[in-house]
Amino acid sequence: MNVLLVCECREGNLRDESYELIAFAERLGASRAFVLVGGEDAVPRAEGTLYLADGARGGEYNPELHKRIVLAAAEREDPDCIVFIHSSYGWDLAPRVAAALGAAQVSEVVAVAGDGTFEVGCCNAKLRRTVAPMTSRTVVTIQAGAFAPSGLPHGVPTVVRLDLADDSPRIEFVGYEAAEKKGVDLGKAEIIVSAGRGVGKKENVAVIADLARALGGELGASRPVVDAGWVDHGHQVGTTGQVVSPRLYVACGISGAIQHVAGMKKADFVVAINTDRDAPIGEVADILVVADVMQFVPALTARMMQ
Amino acid sequence: MKILVCIKQVPDMESRFRVSGAGDWFEEGDLAFRMNEYDEYAVEQAVRLKEQLGDLPEITVLSIGPDRVGEAIRKALAMGCDRGVHLQDPEASRKDPWQIASLIAAFARDQGFDLVFTGMQSQDRGSAQVGIMVAELLGYPCVSTIVGFAYDNGVITVRRELEGGTRGVVKLGMPAVVTCQLGLNVPRYPTLPNIMKAKKKEILPLATAGLSGEERRAVTLRLHRPEKRGGGVVMEGEVNDMAERLVGILKQKAVVPR
Repeated sequence: MNVLLVCECREGNLRDESYELIAFAERLGASRAFVLVGGEDAVPRAEGTLYLADGARGGEYNPELHKRIVLAAAEREDPDCIVFIHSSYGWDLAPRVAAALGAAQVSEVVAVAGDGTFEVGCCNAKLRRTVAPMTSRTVVTIQAGAFAPSGLPHGVPTVVRLDLADDSPRIEFVGYEAAEKKGVDLGKAEIIVSAGRGVGKKENVAVIADLARALGGELGASRPVVDAGWVDHGHQVGTTGQVVSPRLYVACGISGAIQHVAGMKKADFVVAINTDRDAPIGEVADILVVADVMQFVPALTARMMQ
Repeated sequence: MKILVCIKQVPDMESRFRVSGAGDWFEEGDLAFRMNEYDEYAVEQAVRLKEQLGDLPEITVLSIGPDRVGEAIRKALAMGCDRGVHLQDPEASRKDPWQIASLIAAFARDQGFDLVFTGMQSQDRGSAQVGIMVAELLGYPCVSTIVGFAYDNGVITVRRELEGGTRGVVKLGMPAVVTCQLGLNVPRYPTLPNIMKAKKKEILPLATAGLSGEERRAVTLRLHRPEKRGGGVVMEGEVNDMAERLVGILKQKAVVPR
């Protein structure tokens, strides 16, 4: 089996998740080649052929050009499988490549089986699907963090340059906007108590904040709570918010969407409070308290204050 | 201007799911269905654009599925879409993203839509493929995962959500497809008068047979629960009792000060 791994570059730097692609290829026992749109400085430490296209010339977000570059590398390598990280880069590009090749696409793979089937999450990670591609060539995106690299990256790839340009881009990349830095630095917090959709309404967030204060910690929040405007974005925990590693993480009314779990799974000790015994947050919790957040949290705060 | 919004009806994610007898999907009979949350943002953005342009655009909302998806279409009409299209397909859940995208593209191809809004993914499958594949099939440029949208004189400026809170700012012309991320706007609740008005709006039923003959490229063999990694303690019982036990454990493990 032969796989083409599509590495990622952001603002001139290789994204670390690119090494998870190698771990995935190793899991398949596949021979591999790489493709990267980026600069010389972003070349991954790995052995194998690397098709390198100049990122400065193409622009970091020019999906139509990036698609053509991946297709050009695929034409030379004739891979059985083209692999992306399920990231804002990968999930955007993979369907374009799959459509162009007439290939099956399987998104956000969390595991592979020996028979060539893939495991993917379903319904907020409550369920899993076993998916079989029906085409000879497959495009896959892998869940970030699902395939951990086995060791430190090493090696120097053989670079093959691909010189492509987009003469009439239909999409103009204007630039990046950094995240707002106001709010708390949850990355340094020892204790975080986070509010999720299960708190019910904006007024109830104060109850969660009370517990955070009683524990001497900071208030965190899941994405829906931030999107609803109940809490500022500065408090958001998850892949699109802050990645945290506190001593104690208390998830209040948070179901455990993959993006949230990815942001808090490094916590030493996790307490989850949820009415749903099957909520995916239970998978990463040291203690799952099956209860209504608005009944349990005030009781817990009162206990802590005694 | 002609706008298409593609929506999907999905089960409430808080539901208790049971695997169906065939073993490849969930039992639908005992579930409550609603509009896919990402698609609510897509509908809202289309309606806001219509309001910005003084009611000029016509918004078509499309959904594929069994009879029940008519409810989701009706909600979109009550939010401000003008007409509905229901691609009738009781077997839609067995179709892969490529087939779904092909059906949408087959419908849209000759309609001259200037803008297509979709959610960035569905809450049940979460493949994040359909919107982008529709764009590829129609030959439209596409930006996915938008959390900001502005229209000015034929030019669209969108903000794409990237990791860590960073956003990419992108401009593009029309026709185009954009896929919408949570937080793009605040979807409105339909008002009672608008719910009443929506009852009078047209929902065009179309059979999917013959619309697109694309074969599926991937198949779900099995649906199952993830294996429990275990290790965690589950507490159930009276609230004050559990609070006392939890504080005891946290203090014992020195997670909080004694």
